Amino acid sequence: MFAVCMVGLLITMVLAMVRAIAGPTVFDRILAANAFGTQTVLMIAVSGFLAGRPEWLDLALVYALMNFIGVIAVLKFVRFGNLASDQPGRPT
Amino acid sequence: MPIEALLFVLLVVLALAIAHMRDLFAAAMLFSIFSLLSAGMFTLMDAVDVAFTEAAVGAGISTVLILGTLALTSNEERNGPFRLTPLLVCLGLGATLIYGTRDLPVYGDPGAVVHHHVAPEYIEGSHNIHIPNVVTTVLASYRGYDTFGETTVVFTAGLGVLLLLGGAARRRDPEEEAAPQATSEVTS
Repeated sequence: MFAVCMVGLLITMVLAMVRAIAGPTVFDRILAANAFGTQTVLMIAVSGFLAGRPEWLDLALVYALMNFIGVIAVLKFVRFGNLASDQPGRPT
Repeated sequence: MPIEALLFVLLVVLALAIAHMRDLFAAAMLFSIFSLLSAGMFTLMDAVDVAFTEAAVGAGISTVLILGTLALTSNEERNGPFRLTPLLVCLGLGATLIYGTRDLPVYGDPGAVVHHHVAPEYIEGSHNIHIPNVVTTVLASYRGYDTFGETTVVFTAGLGVLLLLGGAARRRDPEEEAAPQATSEVTS
């Protein structure tokens, strides 16, 4: 069951990577990186169950948190050009 | 093991794609994916702490730093003349590192030297102190002063950052309050 899950995850990781390399627009690549982060979280969780160590779930949760903050930082950079701005500016 | 092999193939493909990429923003995103991938590999190899550092530094802060640099410079890499020296340096460094791995013990070898230096003593001592987690025993008891010093350093750094940020905010406020008053006096 977990092995099938892992195979599916690896396939989606390859697909997300293809989109990140090929993706024509900026947002394709950001979305691909975000999806890849989510798949890393799931891969850690599933491999924890595969290896009989379900406590890796905590680790996966922290990765999810970090992925979220990272994507917000990247999006803010794309929109404003820096992290300090709190004014709505022109899109770059 | 087949999972690690597949992830390693993905890493190589990704590295070649990054080297081939001319759009620097895309390269930054691919570097973030590269870090996440290697973090996943480290986790699968049981090096959880290394994996977490890789994910936080590689995928988190260095992506932000690269994007900050891109905001100041150009988003496109210019094609310069082909230079041989950097390629030779990279190949030489890679060959040296691969040569260095020949002296490493086999992955997961229980008879490796690092597992027979102080580790058995720590594991037995942890049982005697009655702390269930060996890492906690090492950090809080065997290396208690070291941990205390590290905590002091982190606390001082955090305090310094808070003081700097708080001071800046307090200094800005009176100016903003003073500015509208001045304009209202002029208009009245």
